[in-house]
Amino acid sequence: MAADDVKLRVSGLDFFYGAKQSLFGIGLQILPNRITALIGPSGCGKSTFLRTLNRMYETVPHARAEGEILLDNEDLLGMDAVLLRRRVGMVFQRPNPFPKSIFDNIAYGLKANGHYGRSALQEKVEKSLRRAALWDEVKDSLHKSAYALSGGQQQRLCIARALAVDPEVLLLDEPCSALDPIATARIEELLFSLQDQCTQIIVTHNMQQAARVADFTGFFLLGKLIEFNKTEVIFKKPAMKETEDYITGRFG
Amino acid sequence: MQWRDYWRRFFNYFMFSLTGLCALVTVGVLFFILGYLLWNGGSSLSWAFLTHLPTPPGESGGGMANAIVGSAKLLLLASVIGIPMGFLGGVYLAEFGAHALPFVIRYTADLLNGVPSIVMGIFAYTIVVLPMKHFSTLAGSLALGVMMIPIAVRSTEEALRTVPQSLREGALALGASKWKTIATVVVPAARKGVITGIVLDIARVAGETAPLLFTAFSNRFWSPGWNQPTASLPVMVFTYAISPYEDWHRQAWAAGLILLSLVLVANLVARLSVSGRTAH
Repeated sequence: MAADDVKLRVSGLDFFYGAKQSLFGIGLQILPNRITALIGPSGCGKSTFLRTLNRMYETVPHARAEGEILLDNEDLLGMDAVLLRRRVGMVFQRPNPFPKSIFDNIAYGLKANGHYGRSALQEKVEKSLRRAALWDEVKDSLHKSAYALSGGQQQRLCIARALAVDPEVLLLDEPCSALDPIATARIEELLFSLQDQCTQIIVTHNMQQAARVADFTGFFLLGKLIEFNKTEVIFKKPAMKETEDYITGRFG
Repeated sequence: MQWRDYWRRFFNYFMFSLTGLCALVTVGVLFFILGYLLWNGGSSLSWAFLTHLPTPPGESGGGMANAIVGSAKLLLLASVIGIPMGFLGGVYLAEFGAHALPFVIRYTADLLNGVPSIVMGIFAYTIVVLPMKHFSTLAGSLALGVMMIPIAVRSTEEALRTVPQSLREGALALGASKWKTIATVVVPAARKGVITGIVLDIARVAGETAPLLFTAFSNRFWSPGWNQPTASLPVMVFTYAISPYEDWHRQAWAAGLILLSLVLVANLVARLSVSGRTAH
């Protein structure tokens, strides 16, 4: 594949919390407008890996990443973190709306990133809520507190909030782990519908979810990327014994 | 039934009564003080007391208008000195608290909080009164303002620490800078706790007397501007209470009543705003 077909190119990535190394020589390539799932047992480093891609690990003291990550062939680890995070959005494990109105939640990233007129802001908010399939449910209560929404709605609000700044890449850190199956199904549909608009990387504990939504899947174990391939290959014909054991439920 | 069962029942009842009694005494002391102030000072509390200047010694009547305004000015300037510094210091401790320096600041703030208020008075006396060669509102405000800093620091820090980390991450992930995250997400989310802490901080220094005795001193008349000696309610209570005049004693009680009412109202406002915290 040609170099400019790759959205994110990771090579030789090591990660440390102080003296403790938690990622070892990770290397993979993420294709644009595809969904990539990262699976593996708890503590295997998949969330840590995700947090290197928008440098969110920097909020933890003494955490550091070494190696190379290229975002559109630009050095991601050397970029200004604020500018990076406008290009690489993130949705967290638990819905974390701000204690503000629904409107202000969506407008937050826009206001932080630039100046929009009132009508432009309104237009953007509506568009983002539509993209997150939440508009019809909240269009009459835009100025009510986001805390009044259900958990699933809050998570879709957080996705809409991330989409509002038009990120090129969207990182999702177990976005459905706090939700019930119906809310989970809606989020999965949503991720599917966003495929053409941005590159998505989703960390999940739920292997069915990975199989359902992802084009590519990576399997992490003890801080190493054991296997990375098309999802159907990983689930049908894994090359590594560890991958097969994990997928068939022999451990993890 | 065994004697042990009787003993257990008795002991249970005894401890329940003891804790209840202590709770009752705690509440009772406040109402006793309030009642006593009302009983002794209520009769001197009048429109004239609130609007007139003190009368010369020996003459009855008059009021404490200058002390009420003086106290308000002292607290205003003290707040201007103490609150921004304490608030920003608290923000630093809560949001940038991962290094060695915050430990030093936190420890210093606790020590500063423990400094006796009269020592604060000497401090302000040395750096303001001595160079200016006279007592002033400014000196009194400096003493009170410095006293406000450590409480504002710690209460702001506590309030910001209750804001979940996930909110900070949410804002940072949207491309907000650290400063923007603090100013637009963390502080607004902790708004009520911060305000409560500051109101209680003001209420606490409102009754301080010792640091004012040789900084703001006192004044029988109006104190124009900020660099003249000024009357204040706590110092008036002190002066009037040890005077030989019966009328002044009653006025001291009335001044005490006003001070206590102000503190109670401030507490109440703070409490009510806290109870609204769950509603947002």
